Amino acid sequence: MGKTLFDKVWDAHVVSNIENGPQILYIDKHLIHEVTSPQAFNELKERGIPIYRPSQTVATADHNTPTLNQDKPVKDELSRKQLQQLSENCKANNITLYELGHKYNGIVHVMAPELGITQPGMTMVCGDSHTSTHGAFGAIAFGIGTSQVAQVFASQCLLLTKPKSLRVSVNGKLKPGVLPKDVILYIISKLGTNSGTGYFCEYAGNVFEEMSMEGRMTVCNMSIEMGARGGMIAPDEITFEYVKGREFAPKDDDLTKKLEYWKTLPTDKDAKFDKEYFFDAEDIEPMVTYGTNPGMGIKINGNIPVENNLSFKKSLKYMNFEAGESLIDKPINYVFIGSCTNSRIEDFRVAANYVKGKRKADNVTAWLVPGSKQVEAQIIKEGLKDIFDDAGFELRQPGCSACLAMNDDKIPQGEYCVSTSNRNFEGRQGQGSRTILASPLVAAATAVEGRIIDITKHLN
Amino acid sequence: MEKFITLRSTAIPLNIENVDTDQIIPARFLKATDKKGFGDNVFRDWRYKKDGSVNTSFVLNNSDYKGSILVAGNNFGCGSSREHAAWAIVGYGFKVVVSSFFADIFKGNALNNGLLPVQVSEPFLSDILNEIESNPETVIKVNLEEQKISIERKNISEKFEIDPYKKTCMINGYDDIDYLVNNKELIEAFEAQKIF
Ligand code: SF4
Repeated sequence: MGKTLFDKVWDAHVVSNIENGPQILYIDKHLIHEVTSPQAFNELKERGIPIYRPSQTVATADHNTPTLNQDKPVKDELSRKQLQQLSENCKANNITLYELGHKYNGIVHVMAPELGITQPGMTMVCGDSHTSTHGAFGAIAFGIGTSQVAQVFASQCLLLTKPKSLRVSVNGKLKPGVLPKDVILYIISKLGTNSGTGYFCEYAGNVFEEMSMEGRMTVCNMSIEMGARGGMIAPDEITFEYVKGREFAPKDDDLTKKLEYWKTLPTDKDAKFDKEYFFDAEDIEPMVTYGTNPGMGIKINGNIPVENNLSFKKSLKYMNFEAGESLIDKPINYVFIGSCTNSRIEDFRVAANYVKGKRKADNVTAWLVPGSKQVEAQIIKEGLKDIFDDAGFELRQPGCSACLAMNDDKIPQGEYCVSTSNRNFEGRQGQGSRTILASPLVAAATAVEGRIIDITKHLN
Repeated sequence: MEKFITLRSTAIPLNIENVDTDQIIPARFLKATDKKGFGDNVFRDWRYKKDGSVNTSFVLNNSDYKGSILVAGNNFGCGSSREHAAWAIVGYGFKVVVSSFFADIFKGNALNNGLLPVQVSEPFLSDILNEIESNPETVIKVNLEEQKISIERKNISEKFEIDPYKKTCMINGYDDIDYLVNNKELIEAFEAQKIF
């Protein structure tokens, strides 16, 4: 029987099998950041264990960094301490760190792909659940807890039980205005937030084959929101073109050899998955969420369903929405375009394209937070910043920002935010904040109108 | 890590589904650089009102309920990979969490911190919840060796699953790092023959 993409990459990384237990899986690349690494560094230090392969670890500062005045000392004392500790730990252990202000600094899942650190066929981990993003390259990439960060530090390996395999195929032609974000929000709204638990997901079908790498990253990024450990898309010419020439990508002979290998990775025709789902691209519309988990999504011009269970009601109460109502015309005061889901150059191009020649509504605070220094530089270079400036949007400096509101970028109590991030949990964007997940196009349109509009009627 | 063999305790009912990691420990408490003190902020936004006063209607603030077992609704621990969620629960004093479903990463994090996630059937979960809600003195017994959870007074029990390797670790109080570091030769041999 044939093998899946996931099988191929996984099997090539099994160091050994423990009888009646997990496997030892080798990890090619380990990404770290300030929030989930300090306790792991401490653990190793306390146990007197050295970092085994520091050259396979790359660090960035992203989760609680400010998005204004990055050249000045960080004001928040606890954040500053975490950042300092990251610098000290990296220095003491010979780990490359792109700290605040470095030209390669950025959100871990934006900076690693754009530097060519992420490559097909790799195993990659990070103490952050959206590590699934890197699966867009045909890598096995998933989030780990801090104990596991310590394991990788100690051995470049993890003890794991192989997850089951799941494939989601979407075929057909996407309608205008339907972005990769809508595709994944649609899938999660159909499958729910734990359909993927215990599985690794492969996305297949012409919709993903035709998607840019940025779009594929948006999709794989949210795999975790349906419970899957990670998501993957078979590497192809689009992948290879993206990787080639980047700072840490393989070059010359090395590249030739790797390309040959990468081409063997796609799922074999006769491979079997433990679970399969199929969707038609034509059924997908621009999406918004109305509740407090990413599975609670509807077509932008649809109505909130009516359900009679406790958590559903609790969720609507938190959001201050009524079952059965539509979100069209809901006034919105905050718009956030950013996060590792949608903070790549393509996302800002989409937003700028819509915003051009328009102005944001007076009631709206619109934050644009690029995923990395490189994206920020590109926004300026392409003249998008001018478009945003003219429209009254505020371009900030890179970082996770309002995605999890660990820094000062918080949505106030009770306010709605149309956000391109990946989670709409209670309080995710600040205590009492109400998050509506959407694509960068819907977010941009919301900022211009100051309310949610049926974007499908506003496309020319 | 502490060894875990059996536990008899009263339990706290958290009858809510989809309890996510942001509820267990809100992101604003993730700035610590050690593992201490997270217990104080577990379920922070449910335990305290916005003005900082104690929310007496939340179960952890109800003095009728005590114990080192947390019984929660379906799909517990979904959301982020932050291990702080497990530290917060352990830090508060829980040794076992019972639910009818756990998010993958949370489950792994719990086991790595000596917190036993016990997954039971939906009917058994509602039995336990009903029992403790109607009688806070109800004693729950968790026997890891036999992989069995029982409601003592009612004399009903259910078997639960656990990865045999993880079970050995929990019973002996050792962790994955010990295991991996002891297998360095295997890892070096793998690196030597790895194609890429
Ligand atoms: S942008 Fe949000 S989801 Fe992505 S790594 Fe940062 S905090 Fe996590």
